[in-house]
Amino acid sequence: MTEFKMNEAELEKVFQKRIDDEQKIEPKDWMPEKYRKNLIRQISQHAHSEVIGMQPEGNWITRAPTLRRKMVLLAKVQDEGGHGLYLYSSAETLGISREEMVEALQTGAAKYASIFNYPTLTWADVGAIGWLVDGAAIVNQISLQRTSYGPYARAMVRVCKEESFHQRQGYESLMVLAFGNAEQKQMAQDALDRWWWPSLMMFGPHDADSAHSSQSMKWKIKRKSNDELRQSFVDQSVPQAEYLGLKIPDSNLKWNEERGHYDFGEIDWDEFLRVINGDGMCNRDRISHHVKVHNEGQWVRDAMRAYEEKKRARELKKSA
Amino acid sequence: MMSTEKKLPLFEIFVRSKRGLDHKHVGSLHAEDHTQALEYARDCYTRRSEGVSLWVVKSSDIVASQEEDASSFYDPMDDKPYRHATHYELPEEVNNM
Ligand SMILES: [Fe+2]
Ligand SMILES: [Fe+2]
Repeated sequence: MTEFKMNEAELEKVFQKRIDDEQKIEPKDWMPEKYRKNLIRQISQHAHSEVIGMQPEGNWITRAPTLRRKMVLLAKVQDEGGHGLYLYSSAETLGISREEMVEALQTGAAKYASIFNYPTLTWADVGAIGWLVDGAAIVNQISLQRTSYGPYARAMVRVCKEESFHQRQGYESLMVLAFGNAEQKQMAQDALDRWWWPSLMMFGPHDADSAHSSQSMKWKIKRKSNDELRQSFVDQSVPQAEYLGLKIPDSNLKWNEERGHYDFGEIDWDEFLRVINGDGMCNRDRISHHVKVHNEGQWVRDAMRAYEEKKRARELKKSA
Repeated sequence: MMSTEKKLPLFEIFVRSKRGLDHKHVGSLHAEDHTQALEYARDCYTRRSEGVSLWVVKSSDIVASQEEDASSFYDPMDDKPYRHATHYELPEEVNNM
């Protein structure tokens, strides 16, 4: 246990000064309880998103069109599991256990990115996810490399290094369809039509409506606002869609010379709330699948523990 | 003559040179316990303000992979070039992702 020699008010001052000076907060530092709670909420939700995000893509591993695409998809989904691990571990440095986080996910107390509650209907969806969903995640995660909590920031650096391959493989795979025959091109367009708006929702509510945003910005847990991040995602995605010869499903999308950004239409916030609150197309499936797989793995965890105990008993006997 | 004195355990020392960076291994030393190791490490490894934080870990608690086993240990990684972003060649116009 770390002992602190200052009183709470002094500690709070030191903490805030560190944040203001762009210094990182580390696990053994004193931090306000709300900062800790806020971080646990955000990092664990981020971790859950990585893990649940394996399901929609995992759906296509056995049906990938070529062996190469299958190996690539396997490698990508494996990376996402790894991202979940980096994030759970960094949340654990804040004093919450893995078991508590998994339980919060399974009981619905904790949320995850609403986008993973949409189904992957065709192979083109796998390409669209890599391009758009990983693309949106990258925009968010790049800004989180500068988050104020050290272990979270360092996990983001590692994650960002791996993400670039995710987006590029998705775009490359979508190129094959977009430049293929009419039916293939239609598949790509259909995937874009279905994934575009949910991708914009990934950045969360408007800044004015975001419950945790202002405190998170003050503590530099978040470095850019939801709307800022969403705008950079739109700006980067438009030329990418144009290159594919695909049309983004938004009649209000157009370049605004004055702002130097694309204007775009309003998100269907009713849909966003419905899905985030548990009533999307796949919410129940995603959680029941997670519970099922977790329970099926119980014997492995039991066996590992039993083996450890046996080993320890043997060593104890030897040293006795 | 060999001393019959009880040997002090070995500790590995890690220093964080600056806030925000990882702790980095700098060396090891003998000490009675963790607290003493921390004090010795301060005196040994941070005399010129080399760090803002120290970690001490009992050497016997470290389990290391062997470099001689590297080929079989890491073998599965060598034939997966598709794990790298550079494996995907994209046209100039969209190559900035
Ligand atoms: Fe990821
Ligand atoms: Fe990813």
